[in-house]
Amino acid sequence: MKRPTAVAAVLMTFGLILGGCGNHGHQTASKTQHTAALVTDGGGIDDKSFNQSAWEGLQKWGKHRHLKKGIGGYNYVQSSSDADFMPNINKLIKAKYQTIFALGYTLNTAVDTAAKQNPQTNFAIIDSIVPHHNNVTSVQFKTEQSSYLAGVAAAKTTKTKKVGFIGGVKSNVITTFERGFTQGVHAVDPSIKVDVKYVGAFTKADVGKSLASAMFNNGADIIFHAAGGSGAGVFSAAKDNRKNNKKVWVIGVDQDQKADGQYSGGNVTLASAIKKVDTAVEDIADKADQKKFPGNKIVTYDLKGKGVDLINDNLSVSAQKAVQEYRQKIIKGQIMVKSK
Amino acid sequence: MNCKKYSALVFPLMSIVSGFVVGAIIMLVFGYDPLQNYGNLLVGSFGGAYSIGETLRNMTPLILTALGFAVSSKAGFFNIGGSGQYLMGWFGAVVVALKWSWLPGWFLIIVSIMSGALLGGVWSAIAGLLRAYCGTSEVITTIMLNYVALYFVNFAVKNWLAAQGHDSSATITAKASLRSPLLASLTSNSTLHWGFILALLVCLIIWIYFNRTRAGFELRSIGLNERAAQYAGMNVRKTIILAMLISGILAGLGGALDGLGNFQNISVSNSLPQVGYDGMAVAILASYNPLGIILSSLLFSALQIGGMSMSVYSNAPTEIVSIVTGSIIFFIAIKYAFEIILKKYKLSYPKFNIAGK
Repeated sequence: MKRPTAVAAVLMTFGLILGGCGNHGHQTASKTQHTAALVTDGGGIDDKSFNQSAWEGLQKWGKHRHLKKGIGGYNYVQSSSDADFMPNINKLIKAKYQTIFALGYTLNTAVDTAAKQNPQTNFAIIDSIVPHHNNVTSVQFKTEQSSYLAGVAAAKTTKTKKVGFIGGVKSNVITTFERGFTQGVHAVDPSIKVDVKYVGAFTKADVGKSLASAMFNNGADIIFHAAGGSGAGVFSAAKDNRKNNKKVWVIGVDQDQKADGQYSGGNVTLASAIKKVDTAVEDIADKADQKKFPGNKIVTYDLKGKGVDLINDNLSVSAQKAVQEYRQKIIKGQIMVKSK
Repeated sequence: MNCKKYSALVFPLMSIVSGFVVGAIIMLVFGYDPLQNYGNLLVGSFGGAYSIGETLRNMTPLILTALGFAVSSKAGFFNIGGSGQYLMGWFGAVVVALKWSWLPGWFLIIVSIMSGALLGGVWSAIAGLLRAYCGTSEVITTIMLNYVALYFVNFAVKNWLAAQGHDSSATITAKASLRSPLLASLTSNSTLHWGFILALLVCLIIWIYFNRTRAGFELRSIGLNERAAQYAGMNVRKTIILAMLISGILAGLGGALDGLGNFQNISVSNSLPQVGYDGMAVAILASYNPLGIILSSLLFSALQIGGMSMSVYSNAPTEIVSIVTGSIIFFIAIKYAFEIILKKYKLSYPKFNIAGK
């Protein structure tokens, strides 16, 4: 057993020597171009949802400015677990990215610590709030408003007086969708029942499917999902029901999910409650570039600013009209949608 | 015996090299420069005090989940519940650190770590009890217990630890934290914490347990041949439960150290922590040798930490690292295939060996 220990000792010494020679310099980047990067939460950059949307926004921002992906331009790093957040952020800081986007509440502590240690770097945390730092902006979406409109659309379309909501993980971000949806449904008709279920994950399409099938079997004919990848199962359950001649619908989330509802006999996507993470990322990066970075502030993207909305995929004319009415009322402040 | 030791080092090294070669070929096929990327990987994991600190910190839970897996495997059980046990350990430690924060400094740390480790142990002992008394496959029960742990912890964090409308618990008090200004300043603000030293110590303890104690001998005997061990008068049931308990305690300790040293709080999580599964790969690469686990966890940790630099400093996606680690384990598995084939031809009489040991 001497050999492994010896190898370990050699490796350690080597490490220490390298450590001693390591470069600790913190130069300030030459301010020719503004650079920005993002750190994903557990999901990948191609999660068809949150992370992907943010990256699309950052790419658009970078291309608009003729920047390249990589050092001195724009970039992303993926986190495969919560333990990766801090090293990921620190690597981006070392690579001198000036604005760093952190996607999701799980990065709160990491952003808080990094912001304290690196006052020269801008941080933006999406879907959460990290207060008390002049170099951190917190980005929030009023998804209760778009979900409210989804509720209105569902209530105007249901024939069975029963609708459903399927969420990913029961976290604050997702319960906001549920609350908005329920309020929207009950604003149109308080007698409609709303069935609420949570998958417990954003990646389990099979569980999403069995929950959705159960809901459809219990008489619900419209399901609004806020379940990321698990939502694929909701679409698949709806298509199965359609093939058995049950007129059921799904309301999509985050981006226009019309394509996800396509099947040989038609389309099951009624509408999509979109959340424009891409626009928000572009906007914040722009502001940082123009030295107007909204540090220590909560920036809210709402229906009025088109940060969230309900887009029509297969709504009837009367439902569209109702949605439009309520949209105006929310924008004018006549309806206050509660998020909790 | 010498020959055996030699091959115990050669096979893993060959697998590691082959793993890197596969990674390089894939990078070449997709038009990335393997030398540049591996260079960034090396710099990202060992270039500078900060990177070394992160690599060592990342090793800590890997060592412990790997040790946990090694203990159960030596006893002949496949404990896939490392993730759940790690999560319970993390939860237990953070709960105690938050709720009993009035306890004095070091005492609070010790109690937190112990309760985390114990919770992990209890979690795994459930599977051990079921196995010992009902013969239930520990593979099934540990997988199921993983999910029970995930959803229980999510529920408890959301409804009990987190403030209304939040998804994470509060941060633990500074006196319960395993981080130290000394380690932070040595490694230019990395998250390296005292848990690392503790993990190394535990490695040594488990090595002694395996090789120098009667209990460790019984554990290995049962792993080699349960019936023979029983015939030799060993208490098989007791040892099964003990093996699973220790296995869980180790994984739970990994979670506790990560919770108190690295995360400092606990959040609602979307999926089981990957480190439980990575620990299995680390243990297999080290062929369950506690000292070998230190080396193989250093390799895995360096790959993970350095891999993040690949996508920052060059264009290859971080997933290359998963391909490399995946291939290493694949080649190790092929080694087993080779061994099995070799054994088939020689295996007419080695059963005497076990009795003779």
